[in-house]
Amino acid sequence: MSTATTPTAYNYKVVRQFAVMTVVWGIIGMALGVFIAAQLVWPSLNFDLPWTSFGRLRPLHTNAVIFAFGGCALMGTSFYVVQRTTQARLFSDGLAAFVFWGWQAVIVLAVITLPLGYTSTKEYAELEWPIDILITLVWVSYAVVFFGTIAKRKMKHIYVANWFYGAFIVTIAILHIVNNMSMPVSMWKSYSMYAGATDAMIQWWYGHNAVGFFLTAGFLGMMYYFVPKQTDRPVYSYRLSIVHFWALIGLYIWAGPHHLHYTALPDWAQTLGMVMSLILLAPSWGGMINGMMTLSGAWHKLRTDPILRFLVVALAFYGMSTFEGPMMAIKTVNALSHYTDWTIGHVHAGALGWVAMISIGAIYHMLPKVFGREQMYSTGLINAHFWLATIGTVLYIVSMWVNGITQGLMWRAVNIDGTLTYSFVEALEASHPGFIVRWIGGLFFLIGMLLMAYNSWRTIAASKPAEAQSAAQIA
Amino acid sequence: MDINTLRGIATIFAMVAFIGVVIWAYSSYKKKDFDEAAQLPFADDDEDQKTREQQDTRSNEK
Repeated sequence: MSTATTPTAYNYKVVRQFAVMTVVWGIIGMALGVFIAAQLVWPSLNFDLPWTSFGRLRPLHTNAVIFAFGGCALMGTSFYVVQRTTQARLFSDGLAAFVFWGWQAVIVLAVITLPLGYTSTKEYAELEWPIDILITLVWVSYAVVFFGTIAKRKMKHIYVANWFYGAFIVTIAILHIVNNMSMPVSMWKSYSMYAGATDAMIQWWYGHNAVGFFLTAGFLGMMYYFVPKQTDRPVYSYRLSIVHFWALIGLYIWAGPHHLHYTALPDWAQTLGMVMSLILLAPSWGGMINGMMTLSGAWHKLRTDPILRFLVVALAFYGMSTFEGPMMAIKTVNALSHYTDWTIGHVHAGALGWVAMISIGAIYHMLPKVFGREQMYSTGLINAHFWLATIGTVLYIVSMWVNGITQGLMWRAVNIDGTLTYSFVEALEASHPGFIVRWIGGLFFLIGMLLMAYNSWRTIAASKPAEAQSAAQIA
Repeated sequence: MDINTLRGIATIFAMVAFIGVVIWAYSSYKKKDFDEAAQLPFADDDEDQKTREQQDTRSNEK
């Protein structure tokens, strides 16, 4: 039977594009992170220019790693997973191409506007209103392609990974639109529609659910497909994955107020945020255990498979940071940790340890498949990347723990007469060694990404379509 | 209605919803469906192969 013209086969083109851009934006975003980490060690690196100052490059770093690197990884893997688990081709090739190019346009606009100082000042939502409108258009198209593909599925069931991806897509749409409601006063300046404590609450309802749905639910979707695939056995408990799903999405939405402890936010809302954050430990660890236990009986594979190591260590960091998060949401702990480097360390335990590592593992699994290769060019390089990433993340987290606790204790220390024991600059001086270690940790992680780029390039360069092209031309 | 009554109702509602999800997920009549669903990532190797073959011909057309 000839299969060449059957329309059901998958659209891997858009997956390939997103996979490549994941690596490219990963390097750019992480290089920016390493650069601003260096600025904290050697402040003269801001070159006394407004465009290269920390305040403008930091949002560019966060946008590049979260939305460019993380976004491309999520969009690419979700298009891959939804096709492979529904056995249907993407709903629309044209719309899928629009999602890819539209998303790249959003990122390029961020790269241009943020250093120029155009910002709405909302954390993780800094982009100004014209770009917000473009994001909305791209995101709605993304949702249409994803859910359209599910609607035309050939299989009866919707695999659990698609539930997580679906929740991520729907919730991010709502969060983005509500938080970015604003009144434009010119092409590149707008003011939030909300005021005061309400604005703060909406911002952190958005901000924490960007963590909960963009950086968690989406990547859990990735986990539920790529961990079983790479271990070659079904998920440990499908039933647990369902309880995990409903409990996680039901609870995350309430956790935002823990970003606003001891502020003008009403006390009851702070307490609600704290309690919901604490309960969140249960579904988070349920998911982690479900992923880890998928390996039961196959633990020996870790010895030979660095891709699996990436996926499993990602889960370990996920478990660690979802324990740390609820702990930091406790008001009395937060009184020490808030506004210190501990928060930065916590975010990077999640961002480097969980989000980046699970994405890197998934891309290493997926890239050769969509480029028609059996496996990546070099397993040794994947292994080297794994150790660089792990050591880099550990250096980063530990230095920020030390810095954070030092800062917290020094800021709150008071003399018998009630005056502050330390000036702010003294706490800053005490943080300097930690800044150096953090920079080195980031550098390790970045070097790992460069190995990945080389490995991916060699894999793609040896890709089958080129061979097949010449073969097909003869026929 | 007193705000605390509303809070109590909301708490009970969340608890009932959670218990409902657990009972539903672990009920025996869903077991077969979930076992099938858990195998979905391994069910499509033919389709994947077909895509790779098509890719080879298609890259020629472009």
